[in-house]
Amino acid sequence: MTLEILWFILIAILWAGYLVLEGFDFGVGMLLGILGKKEKDRRLLINTIGPVWDGNEVWLLTAGGATFAAFPEWYATMFSGFYIPLFIILIALIVRVMGFEWRSKIEKESWKRKWDMCLIFGAWAPSILWGVAFANLVRGVHLDENHQYVGGFFALLSPFALLGGVVTTLLFLQHGAIFISLKTGGEMRVKARALAGKFSLASIVAAGTWAVWAQVAYSSAAWTWAAVVVAAVGLIATFLANAKGREGWAFIWSAVAIVAAVVLIFGSMFPNVMPDINGLYSLTVENASSTKYTLTIMTWVAVALVPVVLLYQSWTFWVFRKRLTVDHIPDAIGLPSLSVPKAELQD
Amino acid sequence: MEALDIARWQFAITTVYHFFYVPLTIGLSALVAIMQTMWVTKKDERWLKLTKFFGKLLLINFAIGVATGIVQEFQFGMNWSEYSRFVGDVFGAPLAMEALAAFFVESTFLGLWIFGWDRLNKKVHLACIWLVAISTTLSAYFILAANSWMQHPVGAIYNPETGRAEMTDIVAVLTNSTVLAAFPHTITAAWLTAGTFVAGIAAWWMVRENKRGRKEHADMYRSAFRLGLITMIIAGIGLAVSGDFQAKLMFQQQPMKMAAAEAMCESHPEGGTPFSIFSVGDFTNDCENVKHLIEIPGLTSYLAKGDFNAPLKGINELQEEYAAKYGEFDANGNKIDYSPNLTVTYWSFRLMIGWAAGSAALALAGLWLTRKKQSASAKWFATLGLVAIPMPFLASAFGWIFTEMGRQPWIVAPNPNGLPDIRMLTADGVTTAQGAGVVAGSLIIFTIIYTVLTTVWVRLIWRYMAHGAPETVTDESPEANPDREKDADAPLSFAY
Ligand code: HDD
Ligand code: HEM
Ligand code: HEM
Repeated sequence: MTLEILWFILIAILWAGYLVLEGFDFGVGMLLGILGKKEKDRRLLINTIGPVWDGNEVWLLTAGGATFAAFPEWYATMFSGFYIPLFIILIALIVRVMGFEWRSKIEKESWKRKWDMCLIFGAWAPSILWGVAFANLVRGVHLDENHQYVGGFFALLSPFALLGGVVTTLLFLQHGAIFISLKTGGEMRVKARALAGKFSLASIVAAGTWAVWAQVAYSSAAWTWAAVVVAAVGLIATFLANAKGREGWAFIWSAVAIVAAVVLIFGSMFPNVMPDINGLYSLTVENASSTKYTLTIMTWVAVALVPVVLLYQSWTFWVFRKRLTVDHIPDAIGLPSLSVPKAELQD
Repeated sequence: MEALDIARWQFAITTVYHFFYVPLTIGLSALVAIMQTMWVTKKDERWLKLTKFFGKLLLINFAIGVATGIVQEFQFGMNWSEYSRFVGDVFGAPLAMEALAAFFVESTFLGLWIFGWDRLNKKVHLACIWLVAISTTLSAYFILAANSWMQHPVGAIYNPETGRAEMTDIVAVLTNSTVLAAFPHTITAAWLTAGTFVAGIAAWWMVRENKRGRKEHADMYRSAFRLGLITMIIAGIGLAVSGDFQAKLMFQQQPMKMAAAEAMCESHPEGGTPFSIFSVGDFTNDCENVKHLIEIPGLTSYLAKGDFNAPLKGINELQEEYAAKYGEFDANGNKIDYSPNLTVTYWSFRLMIGWAAGSAALALAGLWLTRKKQSASAKWFATLGLVAIPMPFLASAFGWIFTEMGRQPWIVAPNPNGLPDIRMLTADGVTTAQGAGVVAGSLIIFTIIYTVLTTVWVRLIWRYMAHGAPETVTDESPEANPDREKDADAPLSFAY
């Protein structure tokens, strides 16, 4: 295996890690608007991912940095070409971070409502847009002879791409609902499980259609049928495990389905990293990559560090393994209002 | 405005905002780690109160640093795609290493620290905040290595076939003399920022608690004040030493930047170049109307070469040298101006150094007032504490504006001591795949959101600062609460 292929695989792994981990964060964020009817419920939901969301998000930053280091041309073309969707994703991620950390700081209804909106928007927008972006990679985009993207924004919104957005959204809703049922107790757990079943059925239909479409119309290989099959098995197993109340298994299968989707996406592009829809000027693992020297250095760094990251991130999940219920959520922890009361400023 | 100007404004605005919060995170995480260490080792409850107090301010700040940082990771590709193609083989490596080696540690262990008070053994919990402090510092190293390479490319060759810079020596990139100087300077700037922040807030509280006659509380803030004070003094010395070193390097590596920093148009072949403190003029880059009003003889020569009589080259002479070396005209046949904007470069250099005056005033007054175990109670001192806090933030911002604007018109400045082919004009680095309209739209929206968030940040910090340290604290560690494990419904000690 050449270093270029190894790095193609490594970047696929980073994206898989990101989508599996942040996938349930996004799911929880989207469900905040659906399951979080009362304030304590909303806080319960936010706290299921409180200690881990930031670590999960770094998988994205690493995928971005690794793409820059290993395939600069890909990094340059993709992020300058997908400018508008990426811009919306960035805005969503910004307001979402602030929502997590600042929401609980002030105990005022209007303050909290605003951050709730940020958390909810910050989950829906990237869930949809990542799907649209990846579907475009599978389908191919318009590139010119300098590997510049020339399609414009609306060319990114083909039916196949939009269905891709629906698929990631449903997958994350399912993933998040299962995560909630795994991490909470009491009423929330029951409600989340019921919802997970519905999202799971919808995912089977949508993801199944999309995967077969991708495979038949755009995949450059036959072996990626295997990924389609694994994804289908994963989704069906998720539904069954969830129906039986085996939350842990449901979560694992749902993660398997997401990983299989990533394998399908990357497998169907290979050896391209950014296919030209006309097949003329595609960026490939060869013509987009860094030099052997840089790839070798980065391989050593990745081999040394990725296992350690996995180790301490798993430990975090272990430390916070306890199920939460509304009873665990302490009362108000913020200050009553944003303006400083006169009394506090007097000596 | 062209796409180029908009992209430059966007980079400047998003990065200055990011680096507005980052110094506080870097410095304050270390100071909070020290406070918590004091609590764990001395078992003095006051240090726990201080840890909780400043820890909360750290978290308010941390979030906005992260939020603005996410944009940084992607905007090289979005707005500077041609630059990214040219440098990616070299520049991408430190960026990826930063994420793998620093951001993962920082984000994971911060989560453990925030939520782990009642789950983790005391020592392990303490280790978490230390890991955060160390990894934020490490992240600065990697990103500065990337930035230093743009100022002074090393460890790479130009490949005419691919038309890009290619890395030949990662060790050279990571031990670039430029980063070895920029790192201590940036980190000490971060400590000065956090030291002033802690000392300023503690000074304000110390005075108030003294007035209220709460000796015990005033003493607690006095300890915090002294911690901030020591940090400021160490950082201040470190800043001056490393800054002096940077100036000498800059003179070798980017002589034009140094000349621009002095608005020095004519050469001083006889030596004894003065340092100008105040100048007037229209600062059009033609050098016609600059008048230096107050000058210190010989100081610039000293800053540049450690010798008051060293001869220095002015902008006009350098312009000719650059034109001879790198060409007189750009691709469109326009004459290239190799000097940066003089007004910005001249004043940002002075404002970087000048804004440190607030910290210095607070440090000197504090040393005097809190000598011999005294605790201050003068109202003016409380005010000085608050007034000093924003100043090092501004100093850092101007330091960066100086560094980056002084590099212009280059996005990758040529290394005069070799590698002449590795260089890129800013105008050639910008993305061509998007029109000016799209970039302008994103510039406007980023600016609005960042401005709103900064307003909220100021109010939140002010609100929590005015609230002060908690009146009571409990030791939530598992050692101190052996029964809690059995009590399945005990509320979390911390929850969002
Ligand atoms: C609290 C902030 C602060 C303070 C008080 C100072 N600096 Fe600074 N300076 C910075 C914060 C900073 C910075 C923001 O951190 C920069 C930008 C890039 C860098 O490496 O550090 C910087 C850059 C910077 C550079 C530019 C290097 C380059 O462009 O390659 C020089 C020459 C100096 N500094 C010199 C000094 C001197 C002689 C100081 C007086 C004692 C000084 N600085 C105080
Ligand atoms: C340490 C990592 C950094 C890197 C890699 C970096 C890189 C860049 C790049 C690529 C540009 C755009 C091209 C150009 O105009 O030259 C730029 C411009 C700029 N950056 Fe930085 N930057 C860094 C840190 C900072 C910080 C911390 C600040 C401010 C607090 C800053 C302030 C600016 C400004 C003001 C410009 C606009 C200069 C101009 O276009 O005239 N930079 N930087
Ligand atoms: C001297 C310049 C810079 C330093 C010292 C620095 C350091 C830091 C630090 C300490 C953080 C931690 C969170 C916080 O800010 O509170 C952070 C966040 C971040 N920075 Fe910067 N940064 C600099 C400039 C840049 C640039 C130019 C980039 C672009 C590649 C960048 C990318 C990021 C990212 C992606 C994050 C978010 C990480 C997370 O989720 O934890 N930074 N930066």
